[in-house]
Amino acid sequence: MAEIEIKASQWRLVEVGRVVLFTHGPFTGRLAAIVEIIDHKRALVDGPSKKENASVPRQSVSLNYLIITPIVIPKLPRQAGRGAVAKAWEKEEVEQQWDESAWAKRREQREKRRNLSDFDRFKVLKLKKQARFEVRKAHAKVRAAAKSS
Amino acid sequence: MGRLNEYQVIGRHLPTEKQPTPKLYRMRIFAPNTVVAKSRFWYFLMKLRKVKKSNGEIISINLIHERRPTTVKNFGIWIRYDSRSGTHNMYKEYREMSRTEAVDALYQDMAARHRARFRSIHILKVVEIEKTDDVKRPYIKQLLSKNLKFPLPHRVAKASTKKIFVAHRPSTFA
Repeated sequence: MAEIEIKASQWRLVEVGRVVLFTHGPFTGRLAAIVEIIDHKRALVDGPSKKENASVPRQSVSLNYLIITPIVIPKLPRQAGRGAVAKAWEKEEVEQQWDESAWAKRREQREKRRNLSDFDRFKVLKLKKQARFEVRKAHAKVRAAAKSS
Repeated sequence: MGRLNEYQVIGRHLPTEKQPTPKLYRMRIFAPNTVVAKSRFWYFLMKLRKVKKSNGEIISINLIHERRPTTVKNFGIWIRYDSRSGTHNMYKEYREMSRTEAVDALYQDMAARHRARFRSIHILKVVEIEKTDDVKRPYIKQLLSKNLKFPLPHRVAKASTKKIFVAHRPSTFA
């Protein structure tokens, strides 16, 4: 019989300490940490961000309104109070981790592009053309060198 | 705030010559508003004692607030309900943040599983279960295991664009 290798799945898990992103409701786009799992569809979350318009009050939310991120606050005790959560949040530098992630950057870029004016869009078009031109020029040079040798 | 509130209703029989100081009766009642709460008070009191709304009075009614509305608790609820074929007693458990939310969940659950209406359910007792060992029902027990974690394997994203046709099928498995 052939060797069968069984690998553990790489799912992001709903667990205490997991950082989540709101996708619905008044806190859309904000981060919070799971403090306690209520049941299969709901969790108690708390987002103690100090930035303006980024904090989330402690509340129970449906998991359908959230996306789970790869960030976890390790060893967060169950039902930790607001202060303890804030401390762990600060210590783990959750927001810094999030801001550095490709996901957050892409979100930001998308948001920026969405708010561009017509002229801004034109400028993006021009810059993209210029970048493409440079790339092609370099590529042609390499190809020519390869052919002649 | 949810659909239901918890009220403390105190009432008594009207004073008569025979009994100038009638006994006070107190109930904790779950109802959407004070009007329904008073009505439910008379409904229950008539079943238990010889007092009616026409010969009684309500002395006070006030709202009971949850002491800690931001902690998750386990509640045990005893009920009596009339099904289509008979009357049953039941004990159920719910995991919620407040007593009113637990009772709200109970009404939804009874409606879903037994097609029972509000009028056919009597709530006998609502108790917060403090020790996890006292939790009886397996559907709540499974949520209390240590280091509980689970994935969300099937996620249907809301259509982000208004296009009818897209180049790629949506991915629900990641």
